[in-house]
Amino acid sequence: MKKERFLLPLLLIVVWQGLCTIQVVPSYKLPSPWEIVLGFKDLLIVGVPPGHFLHNHLLYSLYRVVLGYAAASLWAIPLGLLMGWSARLLRVIRPLIEVVRPIPPLAWIPIAILWFGIGIKSAAFIIFLGAFFPILLNTISGVLSIHPILIEAARTLHAKEKDIFLKVLLPGAVPSIFVGMRIGVGIGWMTLVAAEFTGVKEGYGLGYMIMTARDIQRPDEILAGMLVIGVIGLLIDIGLRATESRTIRWK
Amino acid sequence: MGGDPGKDVHVLDRIQHRIENGRFVSIIGPSGCGKTTLLRIIAGLEKASEGEVLLDGNELIQGTEEVGLVFQEYALFPWRTTFQNIEMGLEIKGVDKEKRRSTAMEYIRTFDLNGFENRYPKELSGGMKQRVAIARTLIMNPRVVLMDEPFGSLDSQTRNAMQEFLLRIWQKRTDTIIFVTHNVDEAVFLSDEIVVLSKRPAKIIKILKVEYPRPRDRTSEECNHIRRDVLRILEEEMKRKAG
Repeated sequence: MKKERFLLPLLLIVVWQGLCTIQVVPSYKLPSPWEIVLGFKDLLIVGVPPGHFLHNHLLYSLYRVVLGYAAASLWAIPLGLLMGWSARLLRVIRPLIEVVRPIPPLAWIPIAILWFGIGIKSAAFIIFLGAFFPILLNTISGVLSIHPILIEAARTLHAKEKDIFLKVLLPGAVPSIFVGMRIGVGIGWMTLVAAEFTGVKEGYGLGYMIMTARDIQRPDEILAGMLVIGVIGLLIDIGLRATESRTIRWK
Repeated sequence: MGGDPGKDVHVLDRIQHRIENGRFVSIIGPSGCGKTTLLRIIAGLEKASEGEVLLDGNELIQGTEEVGLVFQEYALFPWRTTFQNIEMGLEIKGVDKEKRRSTAMEYIRTFDLNGFENRYPKELSGGMKQRVAIARTLIMNPRVVLMDEPFGSLDSQTRNAMQEFLLRIWQKRTDTIIFVTHNVDEAVFLSDEIVVLSKRPAKIIKILKVEYPRPRDRTSEECNHIRRDVLRILEEEMKRKAG
């Protein structure tokens, strides 16, 4: 079972390398897997632009994501709990959300730059928008999925509103909140790289790195950078999944 | 009615009934007659359009510590372990951690839940879940314990065992129990008093006293006698409305 998972990617790499070696595919369009490995090494040692190493690009990108994502979670979870709890609040706020939600986070870039300038604030804002709605909507549906009898049970144990909030709604919605946070971080990560294409002030960021690699015609580094983005996204998801299964053993 | 007039409970549509302190009273009636609604009103989960529920002559208000409710579907918090479910009420009340721990452990012992204190509800059998639910309610020491068909979803053997268990626990306590059921055998086996309700809108059609000493033999002449009475009354009630 475990071995089967690696079969197809391995086969793909071998064929890919083969095609490149016999020069069916020109390497300025699609570098071979080996060239990508070398490009990855250059990203680490030489840096793109030179002196701007991969790990620093990565750190800046992670920093932006963490900032936007943390802000999104801090706003979306309490608001989601309130909206799930109060039918009235849900009725009042939902229309607004339904209008704003379909706007792609990237469409906010121009106005974000106008508001916050080019820099960490606008990048974090874009991440915030990408992560906020999935977390909010999943928190709401998490609260709505709690069986009303549990709220009544808490009431018969003399729970006040505060207790119901913290001891029933929040723990009951946790599984759903996790789903939202996983979707949110995924969208946030994807959005970030795109946001960095449009410009960063600090000269660091994975998206910025890839765009620079394009400017200097290094497809091997572009692809190596893309792989890094994919792997980091995967690692984040694995991390959240592990936290999730530890937190909700009761499910 | 005699006895200690400690507790007066007046209920529903022109129904006035007084339940004495420390009695085990079953409410039985056709399904859908409003038995559950009655309990929910007493528990303060629903408001009666008219009338009031009195305890010692004072109106009961929602969230009062005097009344506890055990649900048919257990209503355990799935994210809390046995221990955490049982201590929930004390936690809400603000009892300190040490005291909570010792009290909850005492209930875990009494309720035969040793070794399961760190299990989640999904890992427990139906009978265990209901024991946790009853412990969670009794730990608050309510004066009136409401039970809404608590053994309704258990198989008949577990149900019998739970009835005996409940009596064992209750006989060491002073709570008044109001027990809703549609199972005549159960009512006869458990209660001091059986209140038979009519179809909706529910009125009291009969109050039977069961004065045989416990433990009772389910198949004894006396039990059969009461059972026949209750069944006959219920049957007549069903016919009356149908015809």
